[in-house]
Amino acid sequence: MSVPLTLLDRLWDAHEILRRDDGTSLLWVDRHLVHEGSHHAFAKLASRGMPVAEPELTFAVVDHYAPTRAGEVAPDIRRMIRTLGENARAQGIRLFDLKDPGQGIVHVIGPEQGLTLPGLLINCGDSHTSTHGAFGALAFGVGATEVAHILATQTIWQRKPKALRMVFDGTLAAGVTAKDMALHWISKLGTGGAQGHAIEYAGAAVEALSMEGRLTLCNLSIEGGARFGMVAPDEVTFDYLKDRPFAPKGAEWQAALEDWRGLRSDEGASFDREAQFDAGEIAPTVTWGTMPEEALPITEVVPDAARETLEYMALEPGLPLSEVAVDQVFIGSCTNGRIEDLRMAAKVLKGRKAKVPGLVSPGSTQIKKQAEDEGLARIFTEAGLEWAGAGCSMCVGMNGDLVESGKRCASSTNRNFKGRQGRGARTHLMSPAMVAAAAVKGHLADVRPLLEGRT
Amino acid sequence: MSGWSKMDGRAVALAQANVDTDQLIPARFMSQPRSEGYGAFLLQDARADDEGHVLNRHSDVQVLVSRRNFGSGSSREAAVYALVDFGIRAVFAPSFGDIFASNAVNNGLLPARLSEDQIEELIAALGPGEATASIDLEMGAAVIAGREVRFDLDPVWQQKLVNGWDDIDLTAQYDDATKKFRADRMAAYPWAMPAS
Ligand code: SF4
Repeated sequence: MSVPLTLLDRLWDAHEILRRDDGTSLLWVDRHLVHEGSHHAFAKLASRGMPVAEPELTFAVVDHYAPTRAGEVAPDIRRMIRTLGENARAQGIRLFDLKDPGQGIVHVIGPEQGLTLPGLLINCGDSHTSTHGAFGALAFGVGATEVAHILATQTIWQRKPKALRMVFDGTLAAGVTAKDMALHWISKLGTGGAQGHAIEYAGAAVEALSMEGRLTLCNLSIEGGARFGMVAPDEVTFDYLKDRPFAPKGAEWQAALEDWRGLRSDEGASFDREAQFDAGEIAPTVTWGTMPEEALPITEVVPDAARETLEYMALEPGLPLSEVAVDQVFIGSCTNGRIEDLRMAAKVLKGRKAKVPGLVSPGSTQIKKQAEDEGLARIFTEAGLEWAGAGCSMCVGMNGDLVESGKRCASSTNRNFKGRQGRGARTHLMSPAMVAAAAVKGHLADVRPLLEGRT
Repeated sequence: MSGWSKMDGRAVALAQANVDTDQLIPARFMSQPRSEGYGAFLLQDARADDEGHVLNRHSDVQVLVSRRNFGSGSSREAAVYALVDFGIRAVFAPSFGDIFASNAVNNGLLPARLSEDQIEELIAALGPGEATASIDLEMGAAVIAGREVRFDLDPVWQQKLVNGWDDIDLTAQYDDATKKFRADRMAAYPWAMPAS
């Protein structure tokens, strides 16, 4: 009898060209996604006079610096976007530039375009590459030197991570989302809690998630220290992918389905670590500090924590989280900028007015169009929020969409680090539905009564 | 990149946990070309907000001692460029962000792991000031502020740092294996190619 394998084992074995005596594997890369920040890597390649080894497996996306609002674009932002275009064209790489109908955030359009598939190894010079693991892919973020290596060789050296199975039993309550699941486990295990591990998310509550929810969950793996997050593919996965532009067609689709159905952990496979949570016990969760692990249910109070953190966040211990007034809100990013996220937020905002200003930036141009067709965009604008173009936007502020110093923002993004949304900005992470609730109330608020129409 | 196996320099304590990459280099500097050097961007906001910041008081520093989860967050290699261009050659901490640590090694920066207790002892010994530090990469040992420590480092990374190896050159020797792998994969899994 053969040894039972984990999903990680299967994906790793399928991409391992060789393993050196020291235990490092050389892995084949099926898809390499690059963005404006990859300029260091292209420069490195040029300095060695090397071409891109596999331009057909490489895709370039304008997202981090993409302007999302009308107006002047700063010269260095224009230069970043232009440089990516020049590099892509010179190397024969398919480019999703600002005018492309498929443009959007790299981790949103990978799945949307069918570039992300089960069983693939996907790399990108961005830590949230773990997102793509939601399809049962081996996907992980790399640095610029590694990007240059992949461009030059279509391979990557990597030590196999340890396997961590994270099981969510039970059912999520109404108003509780994949974002809350992620903030919950990170608050329990810590920001570095899953370092060195690849997480396989499993259990009834994970299986019940839509593709969008699974993407959110895998996206945030890195905020708990894990470079990899994944979910075994199933019918939800296949339904999502069918007929996507770059997904296999006809006989190849059938062959793919057969291969993909085998992509799961065997009964009795052994994991280096296991973690278990009851989805039914998870409440809408918000961060109060400057690390994603500093998160609590909205029904709690600001804890007694490091003075420096509380000072930066301008919070006092004991203050109910639901009394923290916000200055503005942001809905978007590769974590929560997908159509389902916008639908959830719109459901809360429908027929209501936002008490504070805010920005809504869809994860891709296609999502933007879909949200406009479905009438969601109107709900946002009628509530008083600004409806912007697609890109990373206020998640990182590289395009100039910044939170001013000292301002407090309820945000559907992934990092509440000091200065992440702008110098001195105070970020509270939460689900898009919770951001909508904060907009309506003008302070952090439990979305559940709003969804029930009680307030 | 040239390798190194021994160094002598000065150490200071950055007595903070979770020094993430957004702090190490705020995003607004990342559109700059490397040619000008990234050293001035290192911990910019923290240094600008606090005149007494340890890196404002000590600028000729090669070794940082910091708390857990150093370099967590984004994959921006610019965080490593900022440290290296400032002159830092080694960071000692109980744990590092995974991507940061491999980026560090790819740029000749040593991410050395010590236990929480050892780190606390060093932070106490360094206080707000600086002290001498010497590192022996091959021995996996260092003397910081008079205390001798043995650090944890992946042996592959140790070799890369000592030899200054560049992975692209290393990989070239496996070209045949890679070519064969590619051909086999395309034949067995034609669906793995992007359709269009
Ligand atoms: S949306 Fe934010 S986290 Fe996602 S890729 Fe863009 S900058 Fe990174």
